[in-house]
Amino acid sequence: MTRDPFKRKVVIAGVAESDCGHEVGLTILQHQALAAKRALDDAGLRKSDVDAVMAVDFLGLPSLQIAEYLGIRPRFTDTTVTGGSAFENLVEHAALAIAAGLCNVVLITYGSTLWSDRRRVIEGGGVDPRMPAAQFETPYGDLSPIAAYALAAARHQHEFGTTSEQLAEVAVATRNWAALNPRALIREPITVEDVLRSPMIASPLRRLDCCVMTDGGGAVIVASAERARDLRRPPVYVLGSGFCSTHLTISQMANLTTTGAVESGRRAFAMAGVAPADIDVVEIYDSFTISVVLALEDLGFCAKGEGGSFVAGGRLGPGGELPTNTSGGGLSYTHPGAFGIFLIIEAVRQLRGECGARQAPGAELALVHGIGGWLSSHATLLLGR
Amino acid sequence: MTEQSRPLPKPDRDSEYYWAAARRRELVFQQCAGCRRFRFYPRAVCPDCMSDKFEWRRSEGRGVVYSFTVIHRAPTQAFRDRTPYMLALIELPEGVRMMSNLIGCDPAEVRIGMPVKVAFEDASEEITLPMFRPE
Repeated sequence: MTRDPFKRKVVIAGVAESDCGHEVGLTILQHQALAAKRALDDAGLRKSDVDAVMAVDFLGLPSLQIAEYLGIRPRFTDTTVTGGSAFENLVEHAALAIAAGLCNVVLITYGSTLWSDRRRVIEGGGVDPRMPAAQFETPYGDLSPIAAYALAAARHQHEFGTTSEQLAEVAVATRNWAALNPRALIREPITVEDVLRSPMIASPLRRLDCCVMTDGGGAVIVASAERARDLRRPPVYVLGSGFCSTHLTISQMANLTTTGAVESGRRAFAMAGVAPADIDVVEIYDSFTISVVLALEDLGFCAKGEGGSFVAGGRLGPGGELPTNTSGGGLSYTHPGAFGIFLIIEAVRQLRGECGARQAPGAELALVHGIGGWLSSHATLLLGR
Repeated sequence: MTEQSRPLPKPDRDSEYYWAAARRRELVFQQCAGCRRFRFYPRAVCPDCMSDKFEWRRSEGRGVVYSFTVIHRAPTQAFRDRTPYMLALIELPEGVRMMSNLIGCDPAEVRIGMPVKVAFEDASEEITLPMFRPE
């Protein structure tokens, strides 16, 4: 393992969302263009400064499409399809390309009209018939992706005695953060009882254990520290990164209660030379409440099996010991199909101290953890001032 | 067709033997001729040793529930009349794990670790799906 291959040479210089939510009326490309324009403004950079484009949407050739739409001729592109963790991967890839001198300013974008397209998405089933899952999982009614996470939650409850009340604590803490974020889709506080009374979707996961569905987009500008030296915002350094994929299809996951976050986290911490105890603010892809419990254990914030008691008592919420998913997360803030880019946006704002009522005190070091597929891909970033 | 049928597998070169066996009410797995490990789902090379030699072996189809979930919201129209139904991961003594439905039992009776046995459900003229019911 190379210690700090980025050598404080790579920063995140700009971040922004498009207009996220329901009935926004923007196209997939408009979401990306709007977020890109705002992220460039945030950084104090111009479009002509961008020499690399990394886009993910579901239109086919996304980096080329958004580069054309914006009028950029990139000399480096990447479209990594690892599900919701792709944006943490792309920051790693951008950092490597910048550290290698292949480009200077990377524009990463995402856009989705998941909410507007929901009927088509839901009825379509979504899995290509040539993929094994279409033969061995879809015929059984695998309510993808919820059922895969439900199977992991049921197994975690079986092995460790984790309770549905404990899972609900994640939803409650996240909603308490959303209440402090004017951009969040749902801001009314909820209780553990509210979560337990919400309709069962795939046991043990109920409606309020599941992320919301929205339209939306985001953009992140990664730049060389040299180029970013005199920009508008204080630089946020990419200090460490790690990736691990253990499977794609849920039946192929060796152990449903231990994820690839063990390895992605270990790599990222080793690269940055820090430990979980050093982290001030955590952004974990909360597709479902169980996702956060699994990731906190696997990243080393608590021991395996203790995630349920760890998240109880408001530890993750405002005023808690470990501020987690401070934007309100996928559970309450927004979730346009993939949430990975929004984790980065929020972590950068926290590290800059821009978060007002939801600011985590003294945030100098942030952990961002993306999860893709069916607990399939895990990408960890460590970001710092 | 008024009642929507569930989405059905399209057998391919890796899986045609598996689905033909299921049609005969047999559960079969590939066993690697190199390292002797069993694998599921079917594929052309061993995910342990990369050997492309294998034999098909008939399984007794007796396993245990590794995990299960009761699905209350249908993923597609085809499942709307079936909710709530049980989706499970079944562990077989061959060392493989597969997704299936649990049938012939009440969700309240099901436990992780519970012994189950394969049962076959004809889903169309061509396709029979291996499912599991309590032993």
